[in-house]
This record gives sequence, structure tokens and C-alpha cells, in this order.
Amino acid sequence: MMTMTRWHDIDVDWTAMPGALPAMHAEISPAQLLLVCRRVREEGGRLVSLWGEDRSEGSAAYRLCVVLDTATCLRVIECPIHSDAPTYPDLSGIFPSAARLQRATFDLLGLRAMGSDERPWLRHSGWPADYFPLRAGAGPAPTEAARKPYPFVRVEGDGVHEIAVGPVHAGTIEPGHFRFSVVGEKVLRLEAHLGYVHKGIEKRFEGMTLAEGIRLAARVSGDSTVAFAWAYAMAAEALTETQVPERALMLRALLLERERLANHLGDIGAIGNDAGLAFGLAQFSRLKEDLLRVNAKLWGARYPMDALVPGGVKSDLSREGVQLLLDSMTALEQELQVLRDLYDNHAGLQDRFMDAGVVTPELAQQLGVVGLVARASGQAQDWRASLRMAPYDEASVKAITGERGDVAARVDVRFDEVSDSLRLCRHFIATLPAGPICATPGTLRSGALAIGGVEGWRGPVLVALRVLADGRITRCHPHDPSWHNWPALEHAIINNIVPDFPLINKSFNLSYSGHDL
Amino acid sequence: MWHMLRQIFRIGLVTEAPPATDAELIRSQMQKDIHRVFGRALCIRHVDAGSCNGCELEIHALGNPYYNLEGMGIKFVASPRHADALLVTGPVSRNMAEALKRTYDATPDPKWVIAVGDCAACGGVFGENYASLGRIANVIPVDVTVPGCPPSPMALLQGILKAVRQAPG
Repeated sequence: MMTMTRWHDIDVDWTAMPGALPAMHAEISPAQLLLVCRRVREEGGRLVSLWGEDRSEGSAAYRLCVVLDTATCLRVIECPIHSDAPTYPDLSGIFPSAARLQRATFDLLGLRAMGSDERPWLRHSGWPADYFPLRAGAGPAPTEAARKPYPFVRVEGDGVHEIAVGPVHAGTIEPGHFRFSVVGEKVLRLEAHLGYVHKGIEKRFEGMTLAEGIRLAARVSGDSTVAFAWAYAMAAEALTETQVPERALMLRALLLERERLANHLGDIGAIGNDAGLAFGLAQFSRLKEDLLRVNAKLWGARYPMDALVPGGVKSDLSREGVQLLLDSMTALEQELQVLRDLYDNHAGLQDRFMDAGVVTPELAQQLGVVGLVARASGQAQDWRASLRMAPYDEASVKAITGERGDVAARVDVRFDEVSDSLRLCRHFIATLPAGPICATPGTLRSGALAIGGVEGWRGPVLVALRVLADGRITRCHPHDPSWHNWPALEHAIINNIVPDFPLINKSFNLSYSGHDL
Repeated sequence: MWHMLRQIFRIGLVTEAPPATDAELIRSQMQKDIHRVFGRALCIRHVDAGSCNGCELEIHALGNPYYNLEGMGIKFVASPRHADALLVTGPVSRNMAEALKRTYDATPDPKWVIAVGDCAACGGVFGENYASLGRIANVIPVDVTVPGCPPSPMALLQGILKAVRQAPG
């Protein structure tokens, strides 16, 4: 029996969604969508994701899907949209980070946010402007379109010149284009042009079974493989009424925290290196390597790309494995203490970190920044704490914040989160119950939308899923937190000097692949 | 400074010899081969043509003190014009195809292309569609492929060694 609830005085009926993630669902009109979005914004809520879907159902063929974060639960909205006028109201005035999501939604499905920025985002010249890959019956890929330069916003003035960087960068990083407008060394404006690694992931999901899809979900952004696989599995489990065994949930959490540890350790070293301290990179990359080798021993892979399956996890942890984990964590903790003191007391390093790439708390809130970057700018948001999902609900997680919003704060939050992740790992190991590690799926709920989400190391990761009666995926939308933070990077660099960009960029460490899909 | 030096001495050298079971991959052999062919360091330019960033993590690991890539006479360079070999990851996205071709053209001859990871070798989970052109060999000539998702640093080293051995010397 479904129960409907009202939220404030808005004439919308909300239904609780099945699954582990606390979420309310409503199907509403575009006009009501604006009302709800404004209300969520007024109460300090955030946009999580926005995407479109072709449901090929009569005249209201399209759906616009919007997910909002209202502190204790998510609100999932579906808006039917008529195929003869595939438009909806622009939400970027309420949530600035909606702008690029809306542009991507047009590129992939042809749904236009009225009065918004009409420049293509994910579509470069790989396919023509009238080909919409996610429309039902889109057909095979047509030939490439004529190459057109991307219309960057120009900065005019005496002595202003542009520096174009990418898509192929000088280091081993992902491809994207950055256009700096500078006077001397000072950056007046940065505009990013992404989409270079768009490889049609959402299209690829179509027609896969739920069991097949998790391999692809685990490869949306390689550095967040556990986060995406877990979010996907959670959505799949909501669709199949699967109760994941407690032991499996704890093992998943252990893997997610180890993913956080690996990335944070790597980042702390690399940020130090970008500030001229090669010593930091050598030391922290050694610690990261130690951690990956333990992963290889216990999970059979340095990066556990296929450790999760819908219903649970693939492999169990033995008693010897637990001991190895505990020993390696003790060793890591000792090393960290020495290295954190070194970082904190290194005047040259702190001089580069302090006041570089500032995102003030006000700006973070205004832009709707998420995850680690938001926390370093005083925003206490962490799904592990706010959504109270097992097994985090009994692990007393608190969002770890900094106030300065600069590179130093982003390094500090990483150090603090490393300590807290180690605490969480010990907690999960100590309370690991006996029992099965995987459950068999129950009855399939075809046609309904389901979501799953976790707080990955970078921020909140969301996956939305819908399957047909034959058990095959008709729509899967994976959402990376980088969508909200890329625009903040453009603000953070203003008035800094060009040579500080690699340092500031690294302190954000955003995903290109997770964003471009 | 004193604390930093103390930490360096306390940790000591952690660089490892490759596993003894792997007879082919001998550190000194690699150095010798590189020296024979190039007479200097082997210069590699990495290009991400559409990867999920998993392979990049392992390419990064090659630089950590355990593998100490530079100690073997291999270095990553910032421009394709300075490179002997390209280390290419990912399926080739349509949006990166042109940049990949231009990077290949900018690399002076003779050059080697090492396709890293399952996606680069055969298209991987992403395959071919409106946005992806699949494996690297569909876009530029490939000399060596290194399978794996992602390939371990050891597999990467073996791939690089294989490319060096293919070089006329």
C-alpha cells in the first residue's frame, strides 16, 4: 500500500520510493517543478541531478527527471513533456549547476530548457545537431558533423590575452579544454570546455540486464568504481526487492572507505608535488601503493572494479584478511602522523596552499557545490551522515568541514577524512556480522524509476535506473558530483596566477569521465 | 628540513626488483635495451583518448618509489614532439579522435604506440557507438597492446619493454 504525503503547501503528492536510499517521488507538471525547486532552494536544499528520458508513451513521450537533496531525504521528480513541444522551464536561475546538465540533456535527447544557454556541451562535432542519441529509435550513428569552434565567452580590454590548454594536457590526466583570459599572470576568467571523453555510456546501458550493467557502472569513473557500483547496485536492488545481507553492506562500506583512503592519499601527495614538494608525492604514493597491494591480496584486484554485484559482494573476507587489514591500517596511521606534521610545519608548502583557489562558504552555497570541495568551504554535507543509511547509520559519521575554502582547507579536510575513514574501517571490521554475502533478487518492478546513491570520496554519487518487463535496462543515468564542482573551479581560479592552476585544479581533483559519460 | 631528511632515511630505498618468476622482465635488461635503442632515456607521452581514468591511476603508480620508472631510464614528457612512444588509454571517443590523430602526427618518427587497457586493446565495456570509435587501432596504428582493467604497473612495464624490443637497434 503506497502512502502519499504533502510537502509544505505545494499541491503535489509524494510517494516513498522503495530501496535503501530515503527518497520521495512525485510526478508533476513543469510549473509545479519550478515551485518545488524554489522551495527546496529557499530551505538550503541542493540540486543533485537532472536528466531526460524518452518513454515513447503517446504524446507525453519525454520525461524530465530532477533529483533534489533536502537534508534528510532526496526528492525525485518526473515531469512528463510533450513531444510536439519538447521544452521545460530553465532551472539554472534557481540552481546554477543545472545549466550544463540542461545543455547535456538537450545534446542527448533534444529537450530544451527555455531561455537557457543554447551552446552544445557534450556534442562537439562527433554527430550532427539533429541527431539525439537517447531518443527511442535514434538509429545508428550518423557521420561526423562539420567542425565548428566552440564559442567561448571573450574577455575584452587592454592587455587581455587568452591561453588555450588541452584537450591533451602536459601530465597524465584526463582530457578537457581550459580557456584562460589573463592579464600578465593574473587569471581574469577561466572557461572549461568538457565532453572530450563522452563515450555514450548512457546509450550503452540500454538493453543490458541488471547483472551486466554493474560492470559498466563500475567504469563510469575509474577512481570511484566502488561508489558507482554501489549506487547502481542499490538502484537495482530497489527494483528487484532485494534485501542485501548486513555482512555484504559492511564489506561494501569497507571497500568504499578504502577507495576514499586511496584517492585522498594520492591527492595529498600530488597536491604537495604541485606546490613543489616532490617529497610529498614520493611518500604518499608509497602509502597508496601499500594500500593497493593489500587490496590485491584481499580482493584480487588493486582497484576492485568488479567486487560488487547486485545483491551483495563477490568475495568474502577471511579472518587472516581481517588481521592483514588491521596491521596495514596501524602502519598507515603511524606514517600519517609523521607526514601530516611535516606538511603542517612546512612554511613553503603552507605558503602555496593558503589563500590559493578560494571558494568562500557563500559562493559554495550559491553555486550548489557538493562533496569534499563543499565541506572545505564550510558546508556540512555528507550523505553518510545526513541520509542515515546502513551501515553508516550506526557509525556516527559527521561531515568534516573546513572554513577557509582554499587549497589548504581542501588538504586539511582530506587529512581529517583519512583519519575518519580509518576509524570507520575499524568500526566495520569490529562489528562485521557473520552470514551470507549475497542475496538472490526478488520480484522485478518493471517500468518504475529507482535510485541509489552513496557519498563517494569526491562527493555524492547517484545512479537512476529503469528496466522493462523483460528485465533489460531502458534508462540508466549515472551522476558524478563533478558536475556541480567544475563551475566552482572556474570561480576559484579568478585573480590567482596561471602557474597556480595545476595546484588548485588538483585540490579539486574532478572527474572528466564521470562528467562526460 | 631535518624531519624530512629523517623520514627519507628512515624509509630508505623501497624500489623493487621485478618478480623473480618473471624471467623476461629484468630491470637491468630493460635499462640495457633502452640504452641500446635510444642511447638516452625513453620518452613517453600519455594520451587519454576516452578512458574511465582507471588506467591513468596505474600509469601514475609507475612513478611511485616501488616501480621507480625514471630509475629505469623512462620518463614521461609534456609534448608529443619530445616523445618516442605514445601510451594511449581508453576507447577512442569521437570527441577525442582528432586530438589523438594530431598528437600521433606531432610525434616524430620512428615512434611506437602502446595501447593500454582492455578498452584501448579491443573497445572494452564501452565498445563502439555514436560517441565511441572503439579500440585505438581503429584510429591510429598500434604496436603493442597491454590488456587489463586496469593493467597492473608490472603489466605496463612489460608492455613498454615489448615495445622497446620491437624497436630496431
